[in-house]
Amino acid sequence: MTLTASAPRRTARPPATLRQRLARLSPYAYVTPFFALFAAFGLFPLIYTAYVSLYRVELQTPDQMEWRGLDNYTALFGDDNFWTALRNTFTIGVISTVPQLLMALGLAHLLNYKLRGRTFFRVTMLLPYATSVAAATLVFAQLFGRDFGLINYLLHLVGIGPVDWQSGTVASQIAVSTIVTWRWTGYNTLIYLAGMQAIPSDLYEAAELDGASRWRQFLHVTLPGLRPTILFTIVVSTIGATQLFGEPLLFEGSISGGISHQYQTLGLYMYEQGWGFFHLGRAAAIAWVMFVLIVLLVLVNTAVARRRSGKENQR
Amino acid sequence: MTTLTAPRSTGETTAPAARPARRPRGRRAGGHERGGRLAYAILIAAALFSAFPFYWTIVAATRSNADLAKTPPALLPGGNLMHNFDQVLQQADIGKALLNSLIVSGSVTVGTVLCSTLAGFAFAKLHFRGRNALLALTIGTMMIPPQLGVIPLFMVIAKLHWVNQLQAVILPGLVSAFGVFFMRQFLVQALPDELIEAGRVDGASTARIFWSIVIPVARPGMAVLGILTFMASWNDFFWPIIALTSQQPTVQVALRQLGGGYVHDQSVVMAGTLLGTLPVLLVFGLLGRQIVGGIMQGAVKG
Repeated sequence: MTLTASAPRRTARPPATLRQRLARLSPYAYVTPFFALFAAFGLFPLIYTAYVSLYRVELQTPDQMEWRGLDNYTALFGDDNFWTALRNTFTIGVISTVPQLLMALGLAHLLNYKLRGRTFFRVTMLLPYATSVAAATLVFAQLFGRDFGLINYLLHLVGIGPVDWQSGTVASQIAVSTIVTWRWTGYNTLIYLAGMQAIPSDLYEAAELDGASRWRQFLHVTLPGLRPTILFTIVVSTIGATQLFGEPLLFEGSISGGISHQYQTLGLYMYEQGWGFFHLGRAAAIAWVMFVLIVLLVLVNTAVARRRSGKENQR
Repeated sequence: MTTLTAPRSTGETTAPAARPARRPRGRRAGGHERGGRLAYAILIAAALFSAFPFYWTIVAATRSNADLAKTPPALLPGGNLMHNFDQVLQQADIGKALLNSLIVSGSVTVGTVLCSTLAGFAFAKLHFRGRNALLALTIGTMMIPPQLGVIPLFMVIAKLHWVNQLQAVILPGLVSAFGVFFMRQFLVQALPDELIEAGRVDGASTARIFWSIVIPVARPGMAVLGILTFMASWNDFFWPIIALTSQQPTVQVALRQLGGGYVHDQSVVMAGTLLGTLPVLLVFGLLGRQIVGGIMQGAVKG
């Protein structure tokens, strides 16, 4: 446009001008709205959580804080329900994440074929992602009903007696994990599919020339090319699993995660302490423990991935 | 829109399955028909698995509780929908909940897209001290779950007497590190430096450039971010059930109330679920393609 015509008139080096000019134009004004909100509603609450966790604060009188040092943490670590919730979070996390990501990987591979109705499959598989935790959980709670649930009816048809999806520890955790798996498999499938499509096609052609079978191509071209994507999904799923909350809360509508806390997660335990028993300070301690846990898990994930790719490169 | 559709078009050339297409037999996956059939069978099964709960919601919402307690259970929709809707309206203020959710999600979407575009533009095209540090801070916090900050947030809201007021849900909802990152990535690619420079040379201020040059270029990205934000906000659960009560519910708060033990009529609960999910499904039905594109786009960039 006017660039070539008018720029030389003003200065000999247009790029420098652009920079100088833009530098003067207070770019900070553009990032201020975001960072103001971020500081007030993102960063501050997170840091302040650590502070609150050292006090006794009750839900009804949130402005009265009483110094307690590490008491909240001592009480936490002495509470059996905390360890149960920690264990449940871990087992539900594994039961929901591992099959989910494996299925997503397989489905992405299939979706990467030339298919009729590609858009249909992609959109349909993403439908659960558009559903709220509340809606999904209420529907599945019904499907998993002990006496009249459809799942038990289907199991009955193949000769399996009624499973008590609410009271059994393993059964209830499988049921809760199923909801998570249902909601997130399609999303992860699309993430993997995007990663697969970014792998250059000449890698596959070279592999084919070398006589590699489809399976070997998947192992030696697709998987290595997908490594950063896989790490991303593992990290995101780990974070999601650590703070799982809505599914166990609404599965039966109890804040204790079942009569004997059989599927209470850390997120639900935090809610129970804060909004069930009114101990906000205690809940803050749990939140902070969850934060540290997430940071540790992410670091472990990343370290394992690094070591793996390091080994791969040595070969 | 070109950048957003890019991943889809590359799919046809990168996929291993694209190779048989070059054979004279033609497009219909000639060489490995069997594998093809198996692939379709698995994909159809997965699609059914994804869609079935929706079908079941419709079945249960149009039946009575007695129908649902039969063996074998009812598998086709019935005629009890209006009665169930009526019950929903009596047991939870779903009308108010839908309106509240619309207000909250609408405000959050507009605000987030605006803040993200402003900041994304600055990070993509403007030069200033501390830019990289601020960007790193944004990306670094993208992964931190906001759920962990709810206790101080609640204390602040309580102090401001905002409990049960919609701004308590709207304002924290505006913070989206993902949005800033998404718009930055979009604008780095979609907005050529020359365009800004040309505007500059014509004597336009940065604000003018933002409105007349950046916004039009950013529109496709803003649309995708808007859809994703709207859905996420509509479905947000944890913070709304803390900050709001059943007197001032969003849809998710109302659903919790419906399913929360007072009501045992499953068909009524399912009718409520249907009402609360319909708006998002509508958005999804109209814009499913774009949503798929947006998520895949975000994945490649992220």
